[in-house]
Amino acid sequence: MSSNKTHHGPVCLSGRGVTKVYGFGSRKTVAVDHVDFDFYEGEIVSIVGESGSGKTTLAKMLLGLTSVTEGQIYYQGKPRDIRTRKKKKEYWTNVQAIFQDPFSSFNVFSKIDTVLLDCINMRGGRHLPRDKKIELMTEACSFVNLKFEELTNKYPFELSGGQMQRLMIARIFLLKPKVLLADEPTSMIDACSRATILDMLMNLRKETGMTIIFITHDIGLAYYVSDSVYIMEQGKIVEYGSADEVILNPKTYNTKRLISDVPKIYEVWDLSTV
Amino acid sequence: MKNIFYQIFHSQKFVAGFSILMIILLILFIYPLIFPGDPLQMIGLSSFSKPGIYVSVYDAIDSEPSTMKLPDADVKRLMKKLSNEDRLAMKEWLVATGTPEDVIDILDTDGLLKLWKDSYDPSLKPEGMTLAKRNYYKRLNASLEKAFDYSRIIIATKDEETGELNEEKTVSSNDYININDVANVVYLPLGTDNFGADVAKKLVSAAKTSIMIGLIAGSIATFIGLTFGLLAGYVGGIVDDFIMFITNLFTVIPGFILLILISYGIDQDKRGAAVVALVIGVTSWTWTARSVRSQVLSLRNRDHVNLSKLSGHGLARIILTDILPYIASYVVMALILQISTAILAEAQLSMLGLGPKTTERPTLGLMMNWAMLYSAHTHGYWWAYFPVLLFIALISFSLNLMNTGLDQVFNPTLRD
Repeated sequence: MSSNKTHHGPVCLSGRGVTKVYGFGSRKTVAVDHVDFDFYEGEIVSIVGESGSGKTTLAKMLLGLTSVTEGQIYYQGKPRDIRTRKKKKEYWTNVQAIFQDPFSSFNVFSKIDTVLLDCINMRGGRHLPRDKKIELMTEACSFVNLKFEELTNKYPFELSGGQMQRLMIARIFLLKPKVLLADEPTSMIDACSRATILDMLMNLRKETGMTIIFITHDIGLAYYVSDSVYIMEQGKIVEYGSADEVILNPKTYNTKRLISDVPKIYEVWDLSTV
Repeated sequence: MKNIFYQIFHSQKFVAGFSILMIILLILFIYPLIFPGDPLQMIGLSSFSKPGIYVSVYDAIDSEPSTMKLPDADVKRLMKKLSNEDRLAMKEWLVATGTPEDVIDILDTDGLLKLWKDSYDPSLKPEGMTLAKRNYYKRLNASLEKAFDYSRIIIATKDEETGELNEEKTVSSNDYININDVANVVYLPLGTDNFGADVAKKLVSAAKTSIMIGLIAGSIATFIGLTFGLLAGYVGGIVDDFIMFITNLFTVIPGFILLILISYGIDQDKRGAAVVALVIGVTSWTWTARSVRSQVLSLRNRDHVNLSKLSGHGLARIILTDILPYIASYVVMALILQISTAILAEAQLSMLGLGPKTTERPTLGLMMNWAMLYSAHTHGYWWAYFPVLLFIALISFSLNLMNTGLDQVFNPTLRD
C-alpha cells in the first residue's frame, strides 16, 4: 500500500489482506474483508466506522485476542509471531489497549493494587523492592490525577466511570507500550471526563512517543486528534489518508454521511492546546 | 460480599430451606447423644413392634406399688378391652332386641355397657340371628363380666420338686408403680423394624450416612463437571470438542441405567457407602459440565478477561481469578442440587437392592428396601417406612428450596 504522507517514521504495525470470518457455510459472516494498512511509529491513527463495520474485530486481531482467518499482520516489519505464551506476553508488553466500557473492563474480584502490580511485573519489575513498586504506582496514579493512597485496598467498581478509565491510562503509563489501541475510550463516559481523558492520552503520547490507534465512530474526534484516518465500511477500508485529506475532501458517500453526523459543537471545541 | 450474605439470608425461600436442613442436622447430632447405642443392634426378638414406651413386665412386678383409686380406671380398662368391632356388634344386638337406635352411642363406653347389662339375655333369640352369632355374644358377655371382676391376681412361684405353687405377691387393680422404679424401660418412639432394631436410632444413623453420600457424590460430580466445563468453555477448540463428545455420550445414556449397570458390576462385598457415593458422583456430572461451559462461553469474551490476557496472565490464573469467581454462585447452586440428586439416587439404588452392603451401616434407601421386602406397607407398619420417606423428602425439599432462594438472589430477573 502506498501512502503519500510525508511526516512519518518507520512502519510499526501493518497488515496485508487481513480477513476475519465468523462461522461457516450459509452462516458465514465476513467481519473484516482483506484489509491492508500501515501504522507508523509515533503516529495517531483513527479507524472510523459505524457499528458493525468491523473496526472492533480489527482491533482484536491487532491485539492478538482473536485469530486472523487470512492474511498477515506485521509487527515492526516482521510477520507477527504470537504462537507461544512467552511470545504473546512479549507482544503484549509492546501492544496494549484501552477498552470501551470501563465498568466491565476490570475484574470486580481483584483490587486496584493487583491491577497496577500486574503491569509492573509485566515490565520486569517483579523483583523490585516493595517501596519502589509503591513509588511507581503512586507516580502512575498522580499522572492521571488519582491518589494512590485512596485507591489501595479498594476495588475498581468502587470508582466512577471516569476514574476507572483514568486508572486504565495509569496502567498504560506503567506499561509504556509502543502501540496503544484505544477502542472508543471515551464513548461510555460523560463529556467533561472525555476531554480530560483525551488530554491525558495526548500527554502520555508526548512523553513516550507511542503509536495510538483510535477506534471510534466519531469522525469529529478523529479529525482533531489524529494524523491519519482510515474509514471502514462493511469490513473493508474504503478510504484512508491524512486527517485533512480524508475529512476535508471526502470521496465516498459513507464518509460524507459520517462527517454530516458530527454535532456542530465540535467546530468550536478547540483541541489545539493538545 | 457482606451484602450478598445479607441478601441470601433475607431470601425467605433460602431461610426456610436452611432452617429445615439445620433442624434435621440438629436432630441427627443430638439424638445419638440422648439415646446412645448401636443403631443396628437387634433388640426386639419379634419384628415390627409398635412405637411407644416398653416397660419390663418382670421388673414391674418386683417394684413396690402404691395404691391409687382413679375414678375412670375401670372405664379405661374396658375401653382397651372393647374393640370397635365388638362395639358395633353390641349395637346390632341392642337394635335387634328393641332398643331405639338413636339412644345408642358406641363411643360412650359407660352408657353402652349400661344398656348392654340391662338388655342382654342369653336366652333371647332375636329373629334371623344364627347360632354362631349368638355364641359370639355369649363369649363377649363372658369377657365383659370377667372385666368387671376386680379380684386380685396372684403371682406365684412353682416349687421344682413338689410342683406346689407358693404365693409370692398379689396385684390388685388399684396398684400403680412408678415407671422410674422399673429397672428396664425401653423408649421406642418409632418402634422396631423387621430386624427388631430401633427404627428411630437407625433412621438418625441412616440419614447421616445418606447425607454423607450426598455430600461426597455431589462434590465429586460438581468437581468433575466444573473442571470439564471450565476447560471446554475457556480453552475451546479441540479440547471443547473432545470434552463435549464425552459429556454428550454420558448424557444420551440415561444416567440411572448407567448407575444400575455400574453398581451391578461391583461386588456386593466391595459396595460400601463410599463406593456408592463415588459411582453416583462419576455418573451425574454431565449437566454441571454443560451449564458451566455455557456460562464460561459468555464470560470468555468479556473485557476483563481480555484485560487479564493483556496483563500477561496464563490460562490457570485467568480461569481461577477471572472466570471462577464470576460463576461461583452458580457452582454453589449446582452443588446443592447435586447433593439433593445424589441422596435421591442413593435411595433409588438401594430400593433396587443395589445400594451399599447392608451389614455395616444403614442408609435411608436401605431402610426403605427392607421395609418393602418385609411388606411393611401392606401390613400397615407405617413406622418402618413413613419416617424414612419423610426424611428423604424433607432433606431433598430443603436443599431444593435453598437452591431456588439462591437462584432468586443471584438472578434478579427471577425475583417475585
